[in-house]
Amino acid sequence: MLQNNKARLRKRARAEWRFRSYGILSLLFAGTALVFLVSTIVSSGHSAFFKTTIELEFQLDAERLGIDKPYTRENLQAGSYYTIARRALYALFPGVTSRPDKRTLSRMLSPGAELELRDYVIAHPGKIGETVTLEVPLASDYDQLYKGHLPRTGKHTRLSAQQMERFDRLVDEGLVHYRFNPGFLTGGDSRYPELAGIGGAITGSFYALLVCFLLSFPLGIAAAVYLEEFSKDTRLTRLIEANINNLAAVPSVIFGLLGLAVILNVFGLPRGTPLVGGIVLALMTLPTIIIACRSSLRAVSPGIRQGALAMGASPVQVVFQQVLPTAMPGTLTGTIIGLAQALGETAPLLMIGMVAFIANVPATPLDSSASLPVQIYLWAESAERGFVEKTAAAIIVIMTFLILMNLLAVIIRSRTQTKVE
Amino acid sequence: MNTVYSMNDVATTAALIDVNATAAVSLSSVSASGLTAKNVNVYYADSQALHDVSIDIYSKQITALIGPSGCGKSTFLRCLNRMNDVVDGCRVTGSIALDGMDIYAPEVDVVELRSRIGMVFQKPNPFPKTVFENIAYGPKIHGLVEHRTELEECVVTSLQKAGLFEEVKDRLHQPATGLSGGQQQRLCIARAIAINPQVLLMDEPCSALDPIATSKIEDLMWELKENYSIIIVTHSMQQAARVSQRTGFFHLGDLVEVGTTENIFQNPVESRTRDYITGRFG
Repeated sequence: MLQNNKARLRKRARAEWRFRSYGILSLLFAGTALVFLVSTIVSSGHSAFFKTTIELEFQLDAERLGIDKPYTRENLQAGSYYTIARRALYALFPGVTSRPDKRTLSRMLSPGAELELRDYVIAHPGKIGETVTLEVPLASDYDQLYKGHLPRTGKHTRLSAQQMERFDRLVDEGLVHYRFNPGFLTGGDSRYPELAGIGGAITGSFYALLVCFLLSFPLGIAAAVYLEEFSKDTRLTRLIEANINNLAAVPSVIFGLLGLAVILNVFGLPRGTPLVGGIVLALMTLPTIIIACRSSLRAVSPGIRQGALAMGASPVQVVFQQVLPTAMPGTLTGTIIGLAQALGETAPLLMIGMVAFIANVPATPLDSSASLPVQIYLWAESAERGFVEKTAAAIIVIMTFLILMNLLAVIIRSRTQTKVE
Repeated sequence: MNTVYSMNDVATTAALIDVNATAAVSLSSVSASGLTAKNVNVYYADSQALHDVSIDIYSKQITALIGPSGCGKSTFLRCLNRMNDVVDGCRVTGSIALDGMDIYAPEVDVVELRSRIGMVFQKPNPFPKTVFENIAYGPKIHGLVEHRTELEECVVTSLQKAGLFEEVKDRLHQPATGLSGGQQQRLCIARAIAINPQVLLMDEPCSALDPIATSKIEDLMWELKENYSIIIVTHSMQQAARVSQRTGFFHLGDLVEVGTTENIFQNPVESRTRDYITGRFG
């Protein structure tokens, strides 16, 4: 009997050990996958936050620029900075004389070089006639070569041996610099990878989320409060409840179709704007907020309701002065998680046309705009090699926002937990 | 069988229940608080929880309602400030009158009624706000105070009346949930008396508290009865004997007997009361 018992105990201990190791193994697997994912994205994306520039001496000759006096903004903008930029580069290579050779050499500069030169002159019109030293961006292929993303040999190389040799000479002379690229975070999209920024997408996503929050938060709370605190338990309310729960599981692309069919085609709101995107995302977020708010309302101790009622508070006062404030942290947590979900949604935004190439940073929610997830989608589709790092960097940006939002939810939750204790 | 033991009835039909009539010598010194229940029946969905309960509550006295669990004493208490209104399927018949006005009459405003009949619950239920806001809530929603200083005064007096002020004066603006259980319960009492009710209902106010906190609440009840009529539902017969002047015994939805506490405990008329008090059941 005792022998039997011992054997059974051993068996039980073994089963426990087995179960624990399964758990640890699956955690290890998930952890490895996460580390792999994050490290891949960070290693291929971090360089997009930096740019490669070349230091050149520009002779700001008024005649060559073709700028008439007075130096008004309009006149300055009309100048032909391309010529000046090219000449500054040619000056470093006196041996390059033939036209085709010069053209090849000039492709080392990004179109951004000309723009930065123009912006500099507009800001400092007094410098016209002088020679200034500026750092201007290099073309994407050279940028990628410098960052080590472009192979120097093999069939995937995009630059000739001569081009690389000339570039290497500039690097050796210390004229090529590796700088932080603030334009990536503030600028709009561009056809040229080295100039493309995610600022437009961030702003578009921000406006869409703002619209989404302003619509779904009050509506969601109103619906939850009514269903939880005031409605009678009838067949109709139960039907509504079941449908709200089902809505939370509807694929987001369906909401996009709804937006396309109703908001764009029936109400005629402007296509591809954060306003419409926000409305569609709000429809998607509503069920999440309603469910979160209702469960936190349900978690409020009935003692608080009874106490307030017994004090002579009316049912509306009970709800809005005592119950809802108590349920607010849980509701906010659910809302933030719903918004984080909305931030990552791509499909509904594609349906309502937030997928166009927009180079501008939107000024209002009524301007056509990109959004973070769609920007990632667009860049991932682009053929240019320079967009690979941009895609990864955009993913880093969206993940940072998601982590921050979730962190906020965790902070709200833990702060209220300590308060209740 | 409907047993009606109201002090008034006893006085007029003294022959019927002699003991209670002699116990009613103090009748002249006390007066009805204005809270009278007559033939109250309560139904939950299709089961009846109370049968023809009639009782007069005396002013500036503590009335204890005792009886085994599920006997309907809490249900009766909750009828007195219409807290049963919010219970689905609960129906009340008969009449409960406060100063001659039927509190179940359609024209009665429940909000106003509850400002006249305060309630303290079994489990301390302070609002998850500061001590100050807990007390200030009632005066604010009933518009009893006009400006901030008046409100502060009201909060301080209520806390003083509840014997809590000295303990919490340095933490008025800290969460009330941080107080101990006994302090929370006294806070709930202070909250209830902040709106100056006529009657205070207490539903087993000490059942979640330790003996020291309990004795503090009982002392407080002694002081409060100078100004309020108190009805306390309690499971503890010792507590009923200690604090109350009158006791009503409930059993299976009937108010079996009501009389002075002394008589109920020493000279009960009904055998059921005697059995319960001597611990033969319950």
